[in-house]
Amino acid sequence: MSLRTRVIACLDVKHGRVVKGVNFVNLTDEGDPVELAARYAEEGIDEIVYLDIAASPEGRPALLDVVRRTARNVFVPLTVGGGVRKAADMRAVLRAGADRVSFNTAAVLEPGLIDECAASFGNQCVVLAVDAKAVPGGGWNVFIYGGRTDTSMDAVEWAVEGAERGAGEILLTSMDRDGTNIGFDLDLLRTVTGAVSVPVIASGGAGRPRHFVEAVEAGSSAVLAASIFHRREVEIGAVKQEMERAGIPVRRV
Amino acid sequence: MTSPPLIAVIDHGAGNLVSIGQGLERAGARVHVVTDPGGLDGSDALVLPGVGATGAVMTRLSEAGLVEPLRAWKRPLLGICVGLQLFYDTSEEDGAPCLGLERGAVRRLAGAPLLPHIGWNHLTFPGNGADRDRLFDGIAPDAAFYFVHSYAPAPDDPSTVTAYAHYPHPFAAAARSGLRAGLQFHPERSGQAGLRILANFVAEVQEHSGRPASAAGGTAAP
Repeated sequence: MSLRTRVIACLDVKHGRVVKGVNFVNLTDEGDPVELAARYAEEGIDEIVYLDIAASPEGRPALLDVVRRTARNVFVPLTVGGGVRKAADMRAVLRAGADRVSFNTAAVLEPGLIDECAASFGNQCVVLAVDAKAVPGGGWNVFIYGGRTDTSMDAVEWAVEGAERGAGEILLTSMDRDGTNIGFDLDLLRTVTGAVSVPVIASGGAGRPRHFVEAVEAGSSAVLAASIFHRREVEIGAVKQEMERAGIPVRRV
Repeated sequence: MTSPPLIAVIDHGAGNLVSIGQGLERAGARVHVVTDPGGLDGSDALVLPGVGATGAVMTRLSEAGLVEPLRAWKRPLLGICVGLQLFYDTSEEDGAPCLGLERGAVRRLAGAPLLPHIGWNHLTFPGNGADRDRLFDGIAPDAAFYFVHSYAPAPDDPSTVTAYAHYPHPFAAAARSGLRAGLQFHPERSGQAGLRILANFVAEVQEHSGRPASAAGGTAAP
């Protein structure tokens, strides 16, 4: 009897459609987010993450509509991020049906946003998404604007600061591994999970069930993947089976 | 002709009401979202949902004039997450005073490896589950439910606790005094098992109000 380790499906959403690129570029259309989310819920996914990668004000109504339709049809936890720039944006996303909201670029530009949203909605509701890329000489920098801009900030320090300000979870994406299917960046995961006392979601690089086990053994509280689930290259059930075999508690449906 | 039971879901400005409303409607209730005391008229039951920091939610309930009506409510009431925590006297979160419907305090989960406690966890029932609360009718012993919180109630009267979860120490995952029941987890995010709990609540409301649930689901839009 203990907390199950979450397996999360991430859906990058643009103009109401799911898209997924390799190393943050080369976007390909992969379908209707609500249909995919419903399929994942059926197959035993523990949480859905929507990241609005267009994140433009014109795209907001389409995203909120997707969130609303999901909340009506899919009864698993839903985290939504992308383009959330102020507390009012967060409120709108929650009211549309999200459970939690993730912040990335906006939190880097205005770190006080984390404090403000944690005070209003509780820190369990605030997720800090960190896009990290290895730098020559060691360590990882935080990138923003969908991975296009190097902030020169240290990713580990930023995760620590974010948790101190009130982020209740870190969604840690390795940009080096994203879309490569060669496995998570375990050094990055070990370093960040060793530095913060909030849960960390491992993201970027999953290609085989074994990779998920490695990420949990590196300290992650949850493991996330996108394209390999969308394309059915790896089944959610197979991931959970492999985790269970390794002694990691999972939820079976 | 008797209409299905009408359940008011309190909107304190921060919560996800969509899934709760859907879950209740699927079980045959009519649902309306309420932001002021007038909205409670004619409702057979109340749901106090759960996203938000305790202090901020209490402030909003107070500004909306909902604190006294909640204290005076005598029909079925279901609190979810922070909604359950609000039943008690005080919370360690923000040091906020709560509604004081139940004796006890809301405390930060002690000895937890990481906080918040986020994810799916199992329940254990007092007395080896021999006399489970009716909200858990039909729930498989190994069913898991979705939690996302750092605090949980510590009722003065432990006999009001109807289910525990462990992280790693046991804490109150559900409680009941008469028609007032609460869940620390989110039934609206807990898949089929969670929907069953919402349906069990609708059945209780239906029994209490004498209104049959509609077979086709509710008609009132949330």
